[in-house]
Amino acid sequence: MSNISVFDVLGPNMIGPSSSHTAGASSIAYLAWKMAGGNIKEVEFTLYGSFAKTYHGHGTDKALLGGILGFNTDDKRIRDSFKIAEDRGVKYSFIINEEETDVHPNTVDIHIITAQGKALDVRGESIGGGKCRIVKIDGVPVEFTGEYSAAIVVQKDMPGVIKHIASALSDRNINIAFMKLFREGKHERAYTIVETDGSLPEDLKEAIMQNKNVEDVMLVQI
Amino acid sequence: MDFKKADEMLKICETKGLSISEVMKQRECSQFETTEDEIIYKMKNAWNIMKESATTPTKTAVKSMGGLIGGEAKKLNEHRAKGKSIVGNVMSKAITYSMAVLEVNASMGLIVAAPTAGSSGVLPGVLLALQEEYKISDDRIIDAMFNASAIGYLAMQNATVSGAVGGCQAEIGVAAAMAASAATELMGGTPRECTYAASTVLMNMLGLICDPVLGLVEYPCQNRNASGAANALVAAEMSLAGITQMIPLDEMLDCMYAVGKRLPTDFRETAKGGCARTPSACALCNKHF
Repeated sequence: MSNISVFDVLGPNMIGPSSSHTAGASSIAYLAWKMAGGNIKEVEFTLYGSFAKTYHGHGTDKALLGGILGFNTDDKRIRDSFKIAEDRGVKYSFIINEEETDVHPNTVDIHIITAQGKALDVRGESIGGGKCRIVKIDGVPVEFTGEYSAAIVVQKDMPGVIKHIASALSDRNINIAFMKLFREGKHERAYTIVETDGSLPEDLKEAIMQNKNVEDVMLVQI
Repeated sequence: MDFKKADEMLKICETKGLSISEVMKQRECSQFETTEDEIIYKMKNAWNIMKESATTPTKTAVKSMGGLIGGEAKKLNEHRAKGKSIVGNVMSKAITYSMAVLEVNASMGLIVAAPTAGSSGVLPGVLLALQEEYKISDDRIIDAMFNASAIGYLAMQNATVSGAVGGCQAEIGVAAAMAASAATELMGGTPRECTYAASTVLMNMLGLICDPVLGLVEYPCQNRNASGAANALVAAEMSLAGITQMIPLDEMLDCMYAVGKRLPTDFRETAKGGCARTPSACALCNKHF
């Protein structure tokens, strides 16, 4: 575990009852909401492992839906997320998958359709104490935690893209904390995840999109 | 400034003449490039959430998501109000408030994990009882929370606070060790006496298994928050009376961790043993699933 703060001991401030089954679940969905750029029209959750077995008593379903509505882990609206989703016209469904066991015990797949009609698939794992990590985007294995602000670049795996991303960041005086590349295969679709110190300016997306091999950019502000 | 063991922490306290809470504040500021104002502000926010969650259910019963608990804090509160408490105000309030927080937690209310959600009642229960009975200011309670977090930090650093890894002794046990140390500092104990109190709790709760009925953070979790609060007060009282412990905190944390890892998985949050497998719990299980 990385360096432990007093607020890792006394925290998170969270909606109960379980840091892994409630807070961690809402964190995953909250990150997915940010990745999708908010405004989600339809969502389907597939629950695995312990999530699948005990989701109801732990309010995992309400927490996941709350995250997708943009509620953070300490937002009291999580308790009423089903009703709020209906009021906002967000369609939601839950699928329980107890057959697939070769996954982390607290895993959820989130299939999102945005108001603009864009589809996004995110797999997240709740890894204890309210912490989580995103382990797949659109089926491609990745890893990021949401502890840092991040730019997620969807690109074709071609020379020069990384240099372009790095320049866009350096032009805006943004310090890179971690940078990782994940790809389906050589010259196929790839994901660059850049985690940074401090927040990301909105024009960063546009700047990175200038490269012809870049398909999409998701900015996750923490 | 940093420390990884209770022994190192005590050396810093004793050479510099500082309390555990002060040393923990300094560690936080130096390790996370933040200011004392900032961390005190965040801690005050946590304390406000704790107070609200510890008191709301004493007036209005809150029904849990799983339906296993609700209304316990109100009953305890009324029992004391009638003058019928057999344990005195401090203990009675500590167990009332710690059970209250678990009611809030189990009904999807707002709590502060301390160190976990399942053990979130112990520290606020003990601190709020002492605050009310001894007229202690919020500022001094905030300090006590830094003291408590030092003990929790040492447990996370050197052992575990996860019921799935170490059983309930790692959750309620550590929460109660934190509360015992905080209570000791709050009532005038030295840093070393704080660690004696924490050691005592870990010893007294050693081997406690995690066996939630239906796998929910409700029962016996809520009862054990009350028992953790009581254990913390017992240990603090002993330490403040000058009773020392031959096993230091570092050794008790290692010992708790070693015992936890040797617990069969049935007894580590899987709901496959202990209370969760009693006939009464199993009968509920058949009704629920």
